[in-house]
Amino acid sequence: MAAGRSVLIASEDPFEHDASRLHALAIQLRRAGHEVTLFLVQNAVLAARATCARSGLPALREAAVEILADDFSLRERGIAALELHSAVNAAPLYVVIQLLAAGRKALWT
Amino acid sequence: MKVLHVVETAYRATLEEQDDTVLWLLQVLRVAGAELAVLLQGSAVSYILRTQDASGLAFGGWHQTRPPNMATQLAALIHDGVPVYAVEEDITDRGIRESRCIGGIRPLTRARVVELFDGFDQVWQW
Amino acid sequence: MSDRKVLTFVLMDAPFESARTSTALRLIQTALDRGHAVNVFAYEGAVALAFAQQKAHANAVHGCNAQEENHPLPSTWIAELIATAAAAGTRLDWVNCGLCVDERGVNEAVAGVRRGSPVDLWTMAQASDNVLVIATR
Repeated sequence: MAAGRSVLIASEDPFEHDASRLHALAIQLRRAGHEVTLFLVQNAVLAARATCARSGLPALREAAVEILADDFSLRERGIAALELHSAVNAAPLYVVIQLLAAGRKALWT
Repeated sequence: MKVLHVVETAYRATLEEQDDTVLWLLQVLRVAGAELAVLLQGSAVSYILRTQDASGLAFGGWHQTRPPNMATQLAALIHDGVPVYAVEEDITDRGIRESRCIGGIRPLTRARVVELFDGFDQVWQW
Repeated sequence: MSDRKVLTFVLMDAPFESARTSTALRLIQTALDRGHAVNVFAYEGAVALAFAQQKAHANAVHGCNAQEENHPLPSTWIAELIATAAAAGTRLDWVNCGLCVDERGVNEAVAGVRRGSPVDLWTMAQASDNVLVIATR
């Protein structure tokens, strides 16, 4: 099992469920020297727009957390690539499989 | 393989199931030889209270005879040598008093959770 | 070292209740497409995902009969994934928690799904390269 590498898969709507705990975990993992990817799926991508208030993304970017968003979930919710916050990259879902296959600790919330 | 199990959701279908089904599954895994630990966070920290009482559920002539008791489930895991941690801030936020809790729980500050993660091969978030 | 891994997923959501189901099955499909072997331990409501008696229906609001509506059935999706695995020369081992099946009365599953217990989960997990739990809420 790869030490110090994690993928946090966020699925919940950050406007309905407090995402601050998950973000804090991601930042703590980074400060402990872990490589961290936050992968947004389903309603979690609702935080991905650059115009979104209180997304928490700038703090994650500052901590060098890689932030990806499922391209299908984005399209399903009418979020175009041009609208994305600069901290977020659209990605296909198979990236999650790649990270799992690479042995990352994987948490889904 | 050592696995840390993070339990966060509380009282989900526990009356229907007569258990917290995640804690129940962990009890089964333990008997099967799994090396595991439990981290309670969020409202699942409520499970450490001795004073939980779900007795008395009845529908017509049906009466529940084995109500769930998550404190007992946790005590059984602890008795089996499973470390059970609970996030201190979540306990404090909910006004839970230590005097009303079962013994053997290992409080942990949120800041130390990452350190705990590092001690395990996998972390399963329930 | 082989690039093909063994991945285990734990699912808990009942059919037609959460977006987690379709995302989980999309993950499984993409894993199989890449030749990975996949284990699924279906716990609690997820044991109904493979229930063979799910039935599609017409939709009067859409003005569609059952065939036109082509309503998704998770059991069909799972059957297709099992076939995908076979065609790709890999495997999808789907295990339903037996006690959960009994409680819910969903004893008939699509072909290729088997009944088991949490011990199977531990056996699969130990033999896997990684595990992802997709818990219900």
